[in-house]
Amino acid sequence: MDFKLDKVHQLQQQLFRTFAETEIKPLAKDMDETEKYDLNLLKKLQKYGFLGIPYAKEYGGCGSDTLAYTLCMEEVSKIDASTGITISVHTSLACSCLNNFGTEEQKQKFLRPLVDGSKIGCFGLTEPGAGSDVQGAQTVAVEDGDDYVITGSKIFTTNSGFADTIILFALTDRTVPAAKGLTAFIVDRNMPGVEVGDNIQRMGIRAASNCIVSYDNVRVPKSRILGQLNKGFKIAMGALDCGRIGIAAQSVGIAQGALNEAIKYAKERKQFGKKIVAFQNTQFNIADLQTKIDAARLMTWRAAIAEDNHERFSPLAAMAKLFASDVANQVTRYAVQMMGGYGYCREYPVERMMRDAKITEIYEGTSEVMKIVIAGSMKLK
Amino acid sequence: MKIVVCIKQVPDTAEVKLDPKTNTLIRDGVPSIINHDDKAGLETALRIREEKGGTVTVVCMGPPQADVALREALAMGADEAYLLSAREFGGSDTYATATIIAAALKKIGFDLVITGRQAIDGDTAQVGPQIAEQLGVPQVTYAESVKVDGDSVIVKRQFEDRAHVLRVKLPCLITALTELAEPRYMNVGGIVDAYAKQVKIIDFESLRNSLNPDWIGIKGSPTNVVQSFTKQAKAAGTVMKDLTADQAVAAIMDKLIARHLI
Amino acid sequence: MNKDIFVIVEQRAGHIQKVSYELIGEATKLAADLGEKVVAVLLGSNIASQAQALINYGAAKVLVVDNPVLEHYTTEPYAKAIYYIIKKFSPNIVLYGASSIGRDVAPRVAGRVHTGLTADCTGLAIDPETKLLMMTRPAFGGNIMATIVCRNYRPQMATVRPGVMAMPVKTISNKGEIINVDAGLSMADMNVEIMEVVESEQKVVDITEAKILVSGGRGVGGAEGYEPLRELAEELGGEVSSSRIGVDSGWIEKSRQVGQTGKTVRPNLYIACGISGAIQHLAGMEDSEFIIAINKDETCPMMKLADLGIVGDLKKIVPKLTKAIDVYRAAQKEL
Repeated sequence: MDFKLDKVHQLQQQLFRTFAETEIKPLAKDMDETEKYDLNLLKKLQKYGFLGIPYAKEYGGCGSDTLAYTLCMEEVSKIDASTGITISVHTSLACSCLNNFGTEEQKQKFLRPLVDGSKIGCFGLTEPGAGSDVQGAQTVAVEDGDDYVITGSKIFTTNSGFADTIILFALTDRTVPAAKGLTAFIVDRNMPGVEVGDNIQRMGIRAASNCIVSYDNVRVPKSRILGQLNKGFKIAMGALDCGRIGIAAQSVGIAQGALNEAIKYAKERKQFGKKIVAFQNTQFNIADLQTKIDAARLMTWRAAIAEDNHERFSPLAAMAKLFASDVANQVTRYAVQMMGGYGYCREYPVERMMRDAKITEIYEGTSEVMKIVIAGSMKLK
Repeated sequence: MKIVVCIKQVPDTAEVKLDPKTNTLIRDGVPSIINHDDKAGLETALRIREEKGGTVTVVCMGPPQADVALREALAMGADEAYLLSAREFGGSDTYATATIIAAALKKIGFDLVITGRQAIDGDTAQVGPQIAEQLGVPQVTYAESVKVDGDSVIVKRQFEDRAHVLRVKLPCLITALTELAEPRYMNVGGIVDAYAKQVKIIDFESLRNSLNPDWIGIKGSPTNVVQSFTKQAKAAGTVMKDLTADQAVAAIMDKLIARHLI
Repeated sequence: MNKDIFVIVEQRAGHIQKVSYELIGEATKLAADLGEKVVAVLLGSNIASQAQALINYGAAKVLVVDNPVLEHYTTEPYAKAIYYIIKKFSPNIVLYGASSIGRDVAPRVAGRVHTGLTADCTGLAIDPETKLLMMTRPAFGGNIMATIVCRNYRPQMATVRPGVMAMPVKTISNKGEIINVDAGLSMADMNVEIMEVVESEQKVVDITEAKILVSGGRGVGGAEGYEPLRELAEELGGEVSSSRIGVDSGWIEKSRQVGQTGKTVRPNLYIACGISGAIQHLAGMEDSEFIIAINKDETCPMMKLADLGIVGDLKKIVPKLTKAIDVYRAAQKEL
């Protein structure tokens, strides 16, 4: 048992940190204000391998692992949570489905351009009527010769504004519960009938692209079925397990980023004749929150290492996300409070971080869903 | 073409602080980085390789901890790396350092050697030219652009008030300004590869035949530091507050006139 | 026996550079402590006529190497000439300007002679007992100073930072010896080909050359906040500079940044407006001769460093100061 990063991971962490500080930081505020992701930044992420971290070199990836991916998620999210989710949806949701369930041919054709960074992926599962409860799903795929014809609508599809490849879930058997009749398809954004709506206006992670995508008789060849027919639910849940590690790491990043900002401020700001960092109350609060961040980070690493070791990690990922997302909200709220009026101003980044933190308790499984997963793994019944 | 880039691991001086009590440099916890000029040189070498082919070798003299600087260079895309490290090399001044590096370069082989103009810790700018002298090859220092053209290199060489565009035949040595090229980042996967490669160690033994032990290390260095100190804090100035703007201007004018600044 | 202090004179397009006179001045003091002479070494093409100027500033002797190959500076012919002079005349000390020329040729020569060389010195002295040259120089971006000696090799050599040593007094009646030296140079010594000489295309403002800097930081508040500073700088005949925040925020161009990641300046007057004084900034300007700080925060580090600290609003004070100087100058003219 060693809680220290090895040399490879240390150097990767240094890269992620330097890149985030120099390339992302100057853009973060503006991207939030304009609700638009900088596509040049996306190109740089692609160029330096940020979009294929845990995937094998034979498919054009970095040949690294989930732990490295969590380090990336933490460092970029310290500066900008929107960049975090952009990387996460692409990596954990889109690429992981292809990597885990794609045929060799599908991997060469669809995974390679995603992990080598030439294309961007997204993940179409959530529907206007089906969030945590997948039973409400209404997007259907009807067999027609060698193709399936898909009709329906998906909401909150992150990256959809600029993605090329969509992992899309549609019902192929409506006679059974959704969990048994769902199939995953590999859909190109530019197929006839795919329409990406306007960016959905949100409270946080405003730089990320997130739209309604509608599918009007989209004709998809059977060769683009991912995994087996009617076995899509398992694929979706597997992807979300991977995704939760990323969101946990994103939460750790948001929390650490906000605490760092608060500490910097506390060292400069004077009230009642001394720097506010000199007040024991400030110190105790910071100590308390740093302890929680460290705990969240270790839980996240534990889940990541379990995935890298091919162990069962679903409940570990759920615990990490449940805890870390709560910590992110606590810390960002504290950072704004401690910085007072300035914390509430858009000149400082902590108000953005507080807005960004909230979603970590919601997406890729709400905190309530996390508890279902954790309790389920404990055989309480 | 075999390009060899000499890099130095230096403390990030932007992070170096003085201990207010002892007035000495606090180096603990200060991150080490590849010297800026050297990194620009490495970037240039990588670009030349991308355009013209060939290989990029990085060489670093330093303690075993300098390994990470070489890994970083590999992760940026260098092909191979050498660490020049030995107890006998310790305490070398610029002459002795250049003697060691030149001996290693002769062993490794080269067509083009690129070093940084100067390191941010020592600021001497001497090692590059001294290596060139010991290798017996032409040097072009203060390079702000470099282009390979057949068997020569075309370099724009900066002076304070002008620049020369020079053509120099290979083999030669060039010292790079930070402005020469904006270095790329490491690649995430490149870091994995960098640690899968071997950093070759060149120690005193492996250079024994080409290195005069009296010319290296602290004993072989022509120059020696006899004293180092931080600059004396000067006498405290005057601070004036609660002045009107006119009073403030008058106070400033008094000083400007008294010191013949206007 | 090595003897005398040689100053390698730097000329560009036939003009002797100021640093060379500064070195002759400093060498004169050192020579007095040693009981030796100051010898100027003048290298160039059609340059011999300038030798007397070096004598006027205090050189006892001038060695002239006049050869067409020395018209434009390139490393090898200059290195070869200096090496020849050192071997033939065995100086005790050789000084070079720490310019982009001196710092190119001096290490090359040091390598060839096999002797020590200390870079970019800001202080020189003779140790009274050992008679060694004590060479003091900054390192770590000026955070630390080191004094260096060269005990066992001769000559002792240093490059010296321009602008640090005082200009000596010029005395036209000075007499000295001028000797032409044939260093055996030929055009074949050039191992690089000069394809083009590019004179500075545009006048790039070099804040390190400015005698007066009016510098703005966070407190100026934005790009337009530099305008009153610019007016003040113009009135004073100086330049505007900036702390890092102004550059990072895009308020002002990078070439005007003072500090660790910008430029090191030592003007006669540095007016810091709304600069709190992070150590990285101080490292770039603390050697300024006279520092005035204008800042609302009386506890900031810049106030502690400043010779005169004014606690107040720069937006009110700076325009009034510009006006006051203008009025003062006008009054002076009338007198």
